[in-house]
Amino acid sequence: MEHIRKIFADERSDDHNAVGVSIERSDGLGHVTGKTQFYADRHYPGMLTLKMVRSPHHHAKILNVDTSAAEKMPGVVRVLTHADVPSNIYTILRLIQVEPNDEPVLAVDKVRFKGEAVVAVLAESEAIARDAVDAVRIDYEELPPVFDVEEALKPGAPLVNEYHGNNYFTYEGHHCRRVRYGDVEKGFAAADHVVEERYSSAPIEHAPVETTGCIVVPEANGRLTCYSNTQALFFTLDNAGLILNTPFQRLRLIGGTVGGGFGGKVDVITEPVAFLAADLTKRPVKFSYSREEEMQVSSPRAAERIYIKDGVMNDGRIVARQIRLYVDAGAYSRHSPYGTTKAAAHMPGPYTIPNVQVDAHCVYANRTPSSAMRGFGVTIGDFALEVQMDKIARLIGMDPMALRMLNAYRDGDAKAHGETTKGAALVEVMQEAAKLADWPLDGKYLSESSGKGG
Amino acid sequence: MALDIVKVDSVREAAATIAASGDAYFLAGGTILARVANTGGFPVRTMVLSDGLGLDAIAVDGDTIEIGAAATMTRIAAEPRLAFLRPVAESIGGPAIRNMATVGGNLFARYPYGDFAVALLALDAEVTIEDAEKTRTTGLDDFLASAPAGGIVRALRFKLPPDGAFRFTKVVRKHPHGASVLSIAAVLPETGGKVSNARVAYGAMSERPMRAKAVEGALEGRALDAQTLENALKVATDGCQPQTDPQATDWYRMTVLPVHLKRLLSGEGRF
Amino acid sequence: MARVPVVFTVNGTEAAEFVEPGAMLSDVLRDKLDLTGTRVGCSQGTCGACTVMIDGELILSCLTPAQRVNGKSVVTIEGVATNGELDPIQQAFATGFATQCGFCTSGMIVAAKALLDANPDPSRDEVVDAISGNICRCTGYEPIINAILSAAAERRVAKSA
Repeated sequence: MEHIRKIFADERSDDHNAVGVSIERSDGLGHVTGKTQFYADRHYPGMLTLKMVRSPHHHAKILNVDTSAAEKMPGVVRVLTHADVPSNIYTILRLIQVEPNDEPVLAVDKVRFKGEAVVAVLAESEAIARDAVDAVRIDYEELPPVFDVEEALKPGAPLVNEYHGNNYFTYEGHHCRRVRYGDVEKGFAAADHVVEERYSSAPIEHAPVETTGCIVVPEANGRLTCYSNTQALFFTLDNAGLILNTPFQRLRLIGGTVGGGFGGKVDVITEPVAFLAADLTKRPVKFSYSREEEMQVSSPRAAERIYIKDGVMNDGRIVARQIRLYVDAGAYSRHSPYGTTKAAAHMPGPYTIPNVQVDAHCVYANRTPSSAMRGFGVTIGDFALEVQMDKIARLIGMDPMALRMLNAYRDGDAKAHGETTKGAALVEVMQEAAKLADWPLDGKYLSESSGKGG
Repeated sequence: MALDIVKVDSVREAAATIAASGDAYFLAGGTILARVANTGGFPVRTMVLSDGLGLDAIAVDGDTIEIGAAATMTRIAAEPRLAFLRPVAESIGGPAIRNMATVGGNLFARYPYGDFAVALLALDAEVTIEDAEKTRTTGLDDFLASAPAGGIVRALRFKLPPDGAFRFTKVVRKHPHGASVLSIAAVLPETGGKVSNARVAYGAMSERPMRAKAVEGALEGRALDAQTLENALKVATDGCQPQTDPQATDWYRMTVLPVHLKRLLSGEGRF
Repeated sequence: MARVPVVFTVNGTEAAEFVEPGAMLSDVLRDKLDLTGTRVGCSQGTCGACTVMIDGELILSCLTPAQRVNGKSVVTIEGVATNGELDPIQQAFATGFATQCGFCTSGMIVAAKALLDANPDPSRDEVVDAISGNICRCTGYEPIINAILSAAAERRVAKSA
């Protein structure tokens, strides 16, 4: 550990002492007594329940929406469609210029994934709201869906999201996020072995024990206060302001207590329509996902498919790495264009490789929109890269740890994106890990370092 | 529409109340019905309480056991005379679920649940049903095969299996108490070293708990040796139509069933 | 439909409310009695966040119609501490970092209390079984199990003192 302290000596003080000890949480006593207040622990007189009428189809045209029966039911206060939403089409990351807007708050003329919200019902109780949802009649004309990322990119595939015009997000005029460094073809030609593999993952739901939701309360002064379990208060506030076409200062967001988020509560989904509903009815509104909605409709970690082609020398040096990566964004962008950029930036992993080519595609398919989750864009890529490293090690008969040591990036190395590596500490971390795992690492690697020329 | 709760004085009255209404159901533990009331599935407008009807008794008459339909998994696990069923009862869920879930309710559990019914099927249990007019009994095989024609399950009755003849295994992904990838229950009485009257039942290998009749046939009249095992495993998946759900794919269930059946029949592994 | 009366004891105090017929105990605890420490995570009996004790038995309050607890005695997370003094289980959860987001904590602690009330010296496997119906998605199961074991020891000491 001493040398790691040395590496970062000029970057931080060495008085950290929290790792490896239990420190009492500031919210711990609230948790153990049940006094911690989650958003749903508030009650307001006259509070309405909001429930969504959702698409039973993966891909369909909406021919007709008939809310009249629901509106006549006793206890139903209001029914909302896209026509009630002042600025219905948005995308969360437009706030940081990731565009175009591609997602409706309430579906307009078609639905693009099973479970998409079409109509919002506001009722005096949850039971009434549920019955009212059943009473809304929507006529659909089913369209052929596409579920597979590579199928979606083939010519003639059904177009999922018209706002993009293609089934991919466009990065500065390109159909994918690209990294070009050296010449991979030359690398493959010079290599002793070429290792080509395909990796894939399924979507992963965060499944927080507290489902996504919020309560919006109209205040006497005309402002709207939202108690939410969002992980992204300011993204939510600004997007809700734009959707309602109302000055941001009219909206107030109170959050901070989240019953499990893991990235699953950064999408701006429940708040805008709840703000709107409270504004239109002048009554407090609660919109909570049911457990089923949380599992089916809330965004999961994106499924990914990754092809890795490596050129490897007999001594273990990786001389070329070509990556073709597909992120399944589902029907809408949410955070996936950003996640795909992260995926591209993360390649070729923490290794110094002279020839690198990455094509990372953000693909639209008729599936639940995916979004953030713990290290999204990176986690699945790391799984693929490290399994690939083990396969290479087995192929050439080399200790997998030694293979990683040999190729590990060191301070001063050029990275595929044109950055220079600094503060890597990777060699030292692997040395410590080998020690802890009792891994018999070749002695020569124990004396190496991540420092320049190490 | 709100839910109505009705308290009655007898099982017969409960049966009559339910028969007279299209959307009334009998509430035992609540792990199935209250869940539907909360989250939907089919319309539940009235719940008739089983409370106070004396349906939770466990009675022993010689070698015949009668378990009241409202006996909970916790009660069964605590009953010394039913020690052989304890692993089944304890596999059903965490302590709160076991305090609520009942034997009668387990017969109605949806795929992949219903592991206690699998055990009862292997035990050749009889179901006592009471409707508005009369009480009748039917074999659990028939009960599970066809939608019950009204009435309320009062009790389950079966003969105690010979010592050591009952075996059970449940395969889960979430330990210690997940939903079934599959479950297997078997009663394998032996006479003179040969199996006689074998009964083998599967859970989650078909929409409802099912008998593995081909396996029973392969075991019948034979010693449980390597050859018999091989013959039984050849027909292990006969008649199986498992589903794909969050626990496992249908393919996985078909593929691993013989592995677990082999362990169960050969006495390896945990039972 | 007319509201119906329910009368029961909760954390040692009598509660008498008129509720919607068919209202679940979790709704009455949270919405009528403001005992919001009982959390609802699934309404279908899979998460365990709503776990309470009825007459000493562990029960899921989201699947129990309130009319069913007429005349019975309910203990919620708010009733685990006595006179403001934390139960050793609560203390051990707080000091042992056995909470993260806190949403599962109420159910976990009530489940642990049911275990230790009945079995003061449980094995690790018995602790695992006792909380097997309670899901923690921050995946802090190890500190939770350790906290329950250390609370058991603490309770035994307190009892013998």
